[in-house]
Amino acid sequence: MVDNKYISVIGLEVHVELKTKSKMFCGCSADYFGNEPNTHVCPVCLGLPGALPVPNKKAIEWCVMIGLAFNCKIPLVSKFDRKNYFYPDLPKGYQISQYGEPFCVNGYVILNSFQDLGREANKMPKQVRHDREKKIRIRRVHMEEDTAKLIHQSGVQNFDKGYSLIDFNRSGVPLVEIVTEPDFESTYQVVQYLKKLQQIVRYLNVSNADMEKGEMRLEPNISLRLTTVKNKALISKLPSYKVEVKNINSFRFVEKAINYEIERQRKILESAKTPIQETRGWDEKRQITVAQRVKEEANEYRYFPEPDIPPIRFTQDQIRQLTDQIPELPDHRSLRFQKGYDLSTYNSQILVKEKSTANYFEEAVRVNQKSKIKNQKYVDIKSIANWIINKKVDINTILPAQLIQTIIASSQSTAFEEIELKKIVKQVILDNPKAVRDYKKGKENAVMFLVGQTMKKMPKGIDANLVKKNLEKELSTLSLRGSVS
Amino acid sequence: MDLNQLTIIQAKEGLKRKKFSALELTKACLKRIKNIDPKINAFVTVIEDIALANAKEADGLPTNGQDLPLLGIPISIKDNFCTQGIRTTASSRVLGDFIPPYDATVVRKLKDAGMVLLGKTNMDAWAHGSSTETSDYGITKNPWNTDFLPGGSSGGAAASVAADETIAGIGSETAGSIRQPAAWCGVVGLKPTYGRVSRYGVVAMASSLDSPGPITKTVEDSALILQVLAGKDYFDATTSAKEAPNYLKNLNKPINGIKIGVSDDYFESVNIEVKEKVMDAIKMLEKLGAKIKNVKLFSPKYAIAVYTILQRSEVSSNLARYDGIRYGNDRSYFGDEAKRRIMLGTYALSAGYYDQYYNKAQKVRTLIVRDFEKAFKDVDVIVAPTSPSTALPVGSSKNNPMFGEITDVLVEPSSIAGLPGINIPCGFSKEGLPVGMQIISPQFREELMLNVAYKYEQRAEWYRIKPKL
Repeated sequence: MVDNKYISVIGLEVHVELKTKSKMFCGCSADYFGNEPNTHVCPVCLGLPGALPVPNKKAIEWCVMIGLAFNCKIPLVSKFDRKNYFYPDLPKGYQISQYGEPFCVNGYVILNSFQDLGREANKMPKQVRHDREKKIRIRRVHMEEDTAKLIHQSGVQNFDKGYSLIDFNRSGVPLVEIVTEPDFESTYQVVQYLKKLQQIVRYLNVSNADMEKGEMRLEPNISLRLTTVKNKALISKLPSYKVEVKNINSFRFVEKAINYEIERQRKILESAKTPIQETRGWDEKRQITVAQRVKEEANEYRYFPEPDIPPIRFTQDQIRQLTDQIPELPDHRSLRFQKGYDLSTYNSQILVKEKSTANYFEEAVRVNQKSKIKNQKYVDIKSIANWIINKKVDINTILPAQLIQTIIASSQSTAFEEIELKKIVKQVILDNPKAVRDYKKGKENAVMFLVGQTMKKMPKGIDANLVKKNLEKELSTLSLRGSVS
Repeated sequence: MDLNQLTIIQAKEGLKRKKFSALELTKACLKRIKNIDPKINAFVTVIEDIALANAKEADGLPTNGQDLPLLGIPISIKDNFCTQGIRTTASSRVLGDFIPPYDATVVRKLKDAGMVLLGKTNMDAWAHGSSTETSDYGITKNPWNTDFLPGGSSGGAAASVAADETIAGIGSETAGSIRQPAAWCGVVGLKPTYGRVSRYGVVAMASSLDSPGPITKTVEDSALILQVLAGKDYFDATTSAKEAPNYLKNLNKPINGIKIGVSDDYFESVNIEVKEKVMDAIKMLEKLGAKIKNVKLFSPKYAIAVYTILQRSEVSSNLARYDGIRYGNDRSYFGDEAKRRIMLGTYALSAGYYDQYYNKAQKVRTLIVRDFEKAFKDVDVIVAPTSPSTALPVGSSKNNPMFGEITDVLVEPSSIAGLPGINIPCGFSKEGLPVGMQIISPQFREELMLNVAYKYEQRAEWYRIKPKL
């Protein structure tokens, strides 16, 4: 029996815009978003005659740090290359990028790692834990410059009528390109990876990686691999094509776009044809991918070493210094929270999601610890975590020390509130015998009426769920006739 | 002597002694330009008003404490250097009325040194040539005989200096574009080590070869300008952080014991008269105390293929920005020579051809670099003819696409290796056309070749002879 199955083969190219002060090859401000067009420009990023590129040292250091965070090797010699092609948004007629000798190579990132599972992972059999880990190999991390921004008259590129405007504020802004091997097997993995990538570059504080602002751009290449089970043997053929998808500009559409493309290719393959190797664009309005009007694969980039920029040489010492500058990354921090503070995997992950939250939490713990040592009032760490997670504490306005005080105060008032609440609940039950009877007969909604009545009599801000719990508890002690036992 | 015939050193002396003013000096040059530039067409743009204003300003500056090296000195600059607010064309109609919003670093340094800018000089369009015949603004004629070419691509600069339209000029060399027109026009042309002088603001021809440099009437003038221009520039990542030595200090040092290398290959296929004059000059150097040694170098003809491939590859990329969208005219304005170079360069970089052309040329380039390094273990400088012939007649470059590469054969190897070289006049042919001799020294050792050049020049005194225009 022949059973065909298509497995997705997906590789990702992600561009991350660095938030350096100045551009990649000139001193213009790199902070272009929302500014008056063509106000952050100079001869270099405008591609004027005679202008020359001078590399931004900080940008290169940050690129190396990204590579290190992705477990890459950093070759001691690397260089820039010219990628030659024509487009109105490319003022020099070539983009300065890296081809043969990029800054970082051969790294990896682990998705769904046992670190995410926390200590629960230790209870799992080794094989199961291994299967739940997905290693994504990083082929390279390199630097290049961004192009200018084209603004089309009617919002759609239209060569026939009207005109297009070019804003060079973005021309020359530093971009880091992170390329994976085609290791992804599902859209879920892709989203996990993107979230992780975004988190890492934010932790490194090298980019805001906001997809909607174009600070993080995604280009998946997608193909399907046919696996056949023939006489109980698994045969798998490598795909003979791949399709690149561009223009996915928001996180919400990543899954949709890739799934659409997978479906499109599957239909073609199932009709015994092969999808064309091409570049397609994601059409947000129609929610489909479309063949690009200009065939990009016709481009031949004629890469050659950039003669205006000498090769970059690192010493081992410099690489070590950059490694030292990398802050504790989220995976490691989450594990440390689980081990050190006895928090659950879930809660740890929420706390480390943003570095500022994690920092705030640990500062609060430190303050709390000080109080404990001084024999002053303190709280248990789990409640600090719970408050930050559940009560949406504004970490920008409430100091960690204040938070501790608030928790202390509320635990006292909570006790006080509970006593008061129990009194009122009893009274409300007495005052509303019909509602109580309805509830006992099975009308669940009746309790909500009682909650309302109770809350009217309680101070504002009391937790409705708490009220409901207390009522249900009290009601359960009553017999069907509704009298207090 | 008319004021415009002075050298920089003589002009500075005169200004200091208040024998004349900067304004008078500038007016003399402008008058000369008016008179004879219609005959030789060395200038694309003459900025009379600005020049006079600059000269007046120079005269008005207090003399004490103000030791600007070029204060009040009129200078001509090749039209591939961006000059803020002043039309810059690279002698191509593509850049027809391009007015740069910024100054090249070289221009800024000269301004800071107090120069008076007379105007921009003619060149082969985009520096693609060794004749100045490919200019879109007319041919420049050789001041020694207007039926002959001045050489190129800095033909206008060399002619303006030889004809005393200016006190000194600035050119650029990729492979021969300073030395060769200097030889054909009988003036001093210095190509510095690649990376010694900033390329920022110079219309790029071949990025790994372009070297801006002075074209002057004497060696001392050349050293003076090099001193102003040399040094690291933060706008050019390929400039060297090596500090520039004092180029003027040891010009007159005796050259006893200096080892001068002479290579037989550099005299092959050279015009008899050129060979004679250069050999005479070498004999004179020997009389001055230098030791003449025979060195074995690669035949310069191997450099032709290397240079052709590398230069045209870089050119094909460097010209890509001239799309007419942001400035200048569109690509249809490119001349035939530019188009030829773009096509060949694009081909040499294409997939499937990169390895056998561009990559291979770079490998041979390394061999040439090492060949010179080896030679310089045995000798201090190398002397050779600059050009295989004297100036060729007008029209010689037409229908001859490899004209430049063949006339520049003797300077290509040193250019490819990034070495500095200087041309000094060493005589005249029977026809009365100048013969030039080049001295090449190791990287960043310009002071060596300046020393040898100065000693020869002071003994031979060819600078005393001027063209009759």
